[in-house]
Amino acid sequence: MQQNTPIDVKPIDKDKVKMFLRVTLYLFVITVFEFAIAFTVPHEYKWVRIFIFVALTIVKAYYIMSEFMHLGHEKGALKMSILFPLLFVAFLLFILLFQADAIFQAVY
Amino acid sequence: MSSTAIEIEDKKDLWGGGVSPMNVSYGKLMMWFFLLSDAFTFSALLITYGLIRFSHPAFDGAIDDFVFSQEYWPVPEVVFEAVPFLHGVHLPLIFVGLMTFVLILSSVTMVLAVEAGERMDRKGVEKWMLWTLLGGIAFLSCQAWEWSHFITGTDMGSKLLDGSIFHGANLTMNEYGPPNFAALFFFITGFHGFHVFSGVMLNFMVFFQAVTGKLERTGHYEMIEKVGLYWHFVDLVWVFVFTFFYLV
Repeated sequence: MQQNTPIDVKPIDKDKVKMFLRVTLYLFVITVFEFAIAFTVPHEYKWVRIFIFVALTIVKAYYIMSEFMHLGHEKGALKMSILFPLLFVAFLLFILLFQADAIFQAVY
Repeated sequence: MSSTAIEIEDKKDLWGGGVSPMNVSYGKLMMWFFLLSDAFTFSALLITYGLIRFSHPAFDGAIDDFVFSQEYWPVPEVVFEAVPFLHGVHLPLIFVGLMTFVLILSSVTMVLAVEAGERMDRKGVEKWMLWTLLGGIAFLSCQAWEWSHFITGTDMGSKLLDGSIFHGANLTMNEYGPPNFAALFFFITGFHGFHVFSGVMLNFMVFFQAVTGKLERTGHYEMIEKVGLYWHFVDLVWVFVFTFFYLV
């Protein structure tokens, strides 16, 4: 019977858990830093703020995808098949922000 | 010649053809491709937010002089400044920051559940999945409060273009700024919130399967990994929503 076979529970992988806690700390510190930027850098420096926020968001996304979602430890082909199509997002961002400026110029 | 032990370890990863493309199981690869398509959907929504925001004038005075108006796009930190039980206290972005930490922490407990599953540790899986479920439910409750506050509006309300005073928001009118601001708020955070809701349902499903011993009888906890991928994706999207809707 199935339930008579003893289940072989392996010991906790301490290095792995340590790595997860380290990533948690990074995510926490980066988010606190974003808050600090939001309330110290004045709104007049709009593009400086946007640049810092986007850069830090990409760092957070890297840690979540690479370590939590384990993508950093998968085969190269899998990494590429997920990351490469995301270039379309950059393209859409590029054309629609141009379009936004065109609409703004036409209306105001 | 591969040993028997390795063959058993790898068996769950083999596809119908007896191989394992890119060294992942069929289910995991398809979850990745689903998440990729979902990433496109969320990208389109957030980029649309950018398109509509930058086709409206921005508020260009000092932040202390900011008042709600239909003439320009609102500054998010002035709109989202309420915290439950602290009515009238100006606490910009504090509540949404709390929600961010709740979701990140539930992502951490999920990754610990996956780790326990890899070790066939049923008790560990049950414990960490329960924490993950609590985190998801806490996030949804926070969002319900956030929505009801946004819909109810502030005590003062604000003057619309036709001169009438309006409190709160719906899909066509809002006191905070141009009508599209509230529509985008409902659409983007609502679509994300629905993903969180589906994630909680999936988490409960695998929690149930772990508790009843179904996953143990299957011989592996891969279901936890697949649902875990989805749950981390929900967290990943929130990181972007947080930046583009609340910070920028």
